[in-house]
Amino acid sequence: MANAGPPSPRLLPSGGRLDWMQAGVVALMLVLLSLGDTPAWLVAYPSEWIVPVTPWLNAFMNACVDLVGPAFRAISAALDVPMTAVREVFNWVPWSVTVTLVTFVAWSVSGWRLAAFAFGAFLYMVVIGYWHESMNSLALVVITVPTAVGIGFALGALAFLSKRAERIITPTLDLLQTVPAFAYLLPILLLFGFGPVVGMIASVLYAFPPTVRNTVLGLSRVSTEVIEAGLMAGATSKQLFWRIRTPSAKRQILLGVNQTTMAAFSMVIIASIIGGTADIGWEVLLTIRKALFGESLLVGVVIALMAMVMDRITFAAATAEPEAPGGSNRFLARHHNSLIAVGLALGAAALASFLPFLEEYPKGWEIDPAHYLNDLVTWLVVEHAKTISLIKNWAFFFVMLPVKKGFDQTITPFTWGFEFTAPLRAAYALVAAALVARIGFRRGIGRASLVAFFAILLYYGVTNLPWPAMLVLGTLLGWQLGGPRLALGAAAAFGFLIVAGVWPQTMLSFYLCGLAVLLSFTIGTGLGILASEFDGVSAFLRPINDTLQTMPLFVLLIPFVMLFKVGEFTALLAIMAYAIVPAIRYAEHGLRNVPADVVEAATCFGCTRRQLLWRVKLPLAMPVMMLGLNQTIMFGIAMLVIAALVGTNGLGQQVYIGLSDGDFGVGIVAGVGMAFIAMIADRMTQAMSRKYRERFGLRAEV
Amino acid sequence: MEATPSDTSPVKLSCREVWKVYRDGAAPYFRRDVTSGDAGALAERMRADGAIPAAVDVSFDVHVGETFVIMGLSGSGKSTVVRCLSRLVEPTHGEVRLDGEDLLEKSDRDLIEIRRHKMGMVFQSFGLMPHLNVFDNIALPLTLQGLPDPERNERVSRVIQLVGLEGRESAFPRQLSGGQQQRVGIARSLAVEPELWFLDEPFSALDPLIRRQMQDEFLDIQQRLKKSIVFITHDFLEALRIADRMMIMRDGMAVQVGAPADLILNPADDYVAEFTEDVPMVRVLKAADVLDPSQAVADGMPRKDADTSVERVLPLLARHRNGIAAMRDGRPVGVVTAASVIAALAQEKPNRVGSGAPPSKGHGERRTP
Repeated sequence: MANAGPPSPRLLPSGGRLDWMQAGVVALMLVLLSLGDTPAWLVAYPSEWIVPVTPWLNAFMNACVDLVGPAFRAISAALDVPMTAVREVFNWVPWSVTVTLVTFVAWSVSGWRLAAFAFGAFLYMVVIGYWHESMNSLALVVITVPTAVGIGFALGALAFLSKRAERIITPTLDLLQTVPAFAYLLPILLLFGFGPVVGMIASVLYAFPPTVRNTVLGLSRVSTEVIEAGLMAGATSKQLFWRIRTPSAKRQILLGVNQTTMAAFSMVIIASIIGGTADIGWEVLLTIRKALFGESLLVGVVIALMAMVMDRITFAAATAEPEAPGGSNRFLARHHNSLIAVGLALGAAALASFLPFLEEYPKGWEIDPAHYLNDLVTWLVVEHAKTISLIKNWAFFFVMLPVKKGFDQTITPFTWGFEFTAPLRAAYALVAAALVARIGFRRGIGRASLVAFFAILLYYGVTNLPWPAMLVLGTLLGWQLGGPRLALGAAAAFGFLIVAGVWPQTMLSFYLCGLAVLLSFTIGTGLGILASEFDGVSAFLRPINDTLQTMPLFVLLIPFVMLFKVGEFTALLAIMAYAIVPAIRYAEHGLRNVPADVVEAATCFGCTRRQLLWRVKLPLAMPVMMLGLNQTIMFGIAMLVIAALVGTNGLGQQVYIGLSDGDFGVGIVAGVGMAFIAMIADRMTQAMSRKYRERFGLRAEV
Repeated sequence: MEATPSDTSPVKLSCREVWKVYRDGAAPYFRRDVTSGDAGALAERMRADGAIPAAVDVSFDVHVGETFVIMGLSGSGKSTVVRCLSRLVEPTHGEVRLDGEDLLEKSDRDLIEIRRHKMGMVFQSFGLMPHLNVFDNIALPLTLQGLPDPERNERVSRVIQLVGLEGRESAFPRQLSGGQQQRVGIARSLAVEPELWFLDEPFSALDPLIRRQMQDEFLDIQQRLKKSIVFITHDFLEALRIADRMMIMRDGMAVQVGAPADLILNPADDYVAEFTEDVPMVRVLKAADVLDPSQAVADGMPRKDADTSVERVLPLLARHRNGIAAMRDGRPVGVVTAASVIAALAQEKPNRVGSGAPPSKGHGERRTP
């Protein structure tokens, strides 16, 4: 055909030469792999070539600790004082007073529904007998959040006021937020020593970036007219900032505080892995390790409830509209909430001094449904042992192993029930070749080489792909999506992982995380489409999504470990449970926010509902859905480290090993490696979303 | 003829050869030898260089008590010009004088003082602080000055009364309609009792009916306060209702400056003429614009003020064929006849130039508000 109609919409630009290069590399890879006796150095990076990054880093860190260690220990000791004080106060105050105050705050920011929820949630902590552990965690959060918000607001204001400061702050934030949470703990642990202060510092570091981002966003989004009105009112630059700009940006900044609170709480939970805090996170870890699933579930629920209460309260406070106050007395009008709160607290305290059970909940009154739960789980696992193992094995043999090791090694009589004979292999090769050829003719060589790559991947397995090919392919993909800079970044990230000697672990992570992301994105997008078409589905999914997203990552592991024990399948499910949320949300958001006039126009010229979805809404929602893919990947990588707790082999495990052995080098190499991968994946998917947007001339408003 | 602000009152604000050029890096255009040439040609050269000249060689005066309207379509540079006047936008070149003092020379501190006491501004999208209620929004400029509470509250109550917002003091902006919000904006800009009042498309975001009502209230307020006003609009009819004098802008340049009737009767070019095309002439023109001064006033002729609109003269004219005497200050200034009205409406310029008031650029016939 000389002129084959209009150009089909292709994601990758017809880079021509780049496409051919990509195809060449894929072909070369195929030849190398099919030769049978591939040179060993191609598959596994030779250990003689590994640059000893890890020992270098350890030596560097040791020197650091020797040099500045005492100073940091002193800071740590100083920080310990206020922290212990807050913790003492939280433990000393009668539980009835705390519950009353939390309930009142919930009521005043939102209303009786939230108040009832908060009351129930906190009462649960008391009744279940984890009050003091919960208060220890809450104390950490209460001292972490103001610190993180203070630092965040100061840095945000600085970044807003000075372009130069912004150029330093923004990339630092990127790094801080993509380095897995565990990896933070390492250097802090080494510098500050053990103890709760480490948890606090790690939490502050992990939690302040959202405040910075939202502060910058909020300050720069204040409308020019408001600023001009301020200028015309004769505001000095100080007045302009504090009395005009900051209050106008309050809502956005408070949303940042909400995110900071949630990040702080989740890090407080993660930090308890170090121990010494006797808080609620430590309880979960302990019970998981002891295989006390009933207990771990009960404690996990405490964490989830605390997270939800904190999230709802801070979110409601952020989005609350100012109300016209009634009454004439300005002092009373302004402070009437605080006055009521003080009154309630005093009342509860007075009551508690007469009725001791309001001060310290009697041990005998606590209820302990854990053993029922344990029995239930045991019954479930025993009764449905067959089903459970069937699901597990099926997923493992037919989905996970082929991706990991390839059909080549997976298909055996033991697993699939038949031999992967030569004719079968030939058939697979033929089908794959036919598919590649078809795609090649219809969509161009670039697409075809991608399909070929996946066919090869399925045959030989992720872990058997030669590293030089992956390096080149990653670089080429970076080039096609984001130009030379992204290509360079991708090459540097891959290069680092190869040279530092963690390539095998990287590929294991790639396999697990990639599979989880692929499944999450596919299933999540499907659910998102349903949710966008049917309000009922949407209303059903929303609270589930909210819950999954506010849940500290730890807790997500519990139900899967209960059913499927430790292992890669459990890890896969846990990652998916977390990573599926953005896929659902963005798909629904993107589809529901397709411009109404376009939908009306399409309806007018007679689109069926199906056509409307496939031909109008989905293409237009693509940029937003690509952002969803981006978030799915980020969530997946974040969860990967946590999932290492239930038995995976990969970079996440490396971080964990580094942490438990106090081996700075190992942990940091893996942590930074993951951060690099996350950043490259982030830039690539962002670039993809941008390409779609540019093609449609759309803006993704998320 | 009656004295008008532009004739007799002193100049409040003077704007001379003001340029605003958006460009990366320093602008090499305003050396003495370069600017002496044709402004339009220079602006073209800037555009060719990739710079954006938003205001091109704009000059005009605003007299004390005068309402000066800048009219232009979006992108014509009118908002840039009004911002140059208050230095919200720093002019690239030119001179802005307030009460004879060079505004561009003022230090930041002086500028803040000037804005606190001499200027007020109303914005298209109101520019209200979302976190403050009506009272606090209006009080904001005074609060920033650090005015003591009693005096502040007294002044705020006064402007609240002026714009008719009594009883809504504790409402928040989002709880108000667009018209109400703009009342807050107007009250806020008047709270400092400014001498110079800038209004940047104040009614453009409002519904047509509300807009008309707000225009009436604006005219009413101006009747009482007699501020010196720069009023920005893209609505030609609004400009006609409000302006003592107006300036039409296009591509950053001032196309024509003059009294409304002047612009209609003697458009400087096709661009201006296009705006005037749909204007109902009988409503814009006054008896003074259409009278025949050469004709003698006869006894028994009905007498009408020279500022009566032609629309209201026509029914009378239908009954009195001889004409109607146009009066000013108790003395007749000419006779309006069917022929003179038709002549004006047909824009028979030669005829008018020969017999009527000579139109001139800048200071032609005008009405008093």
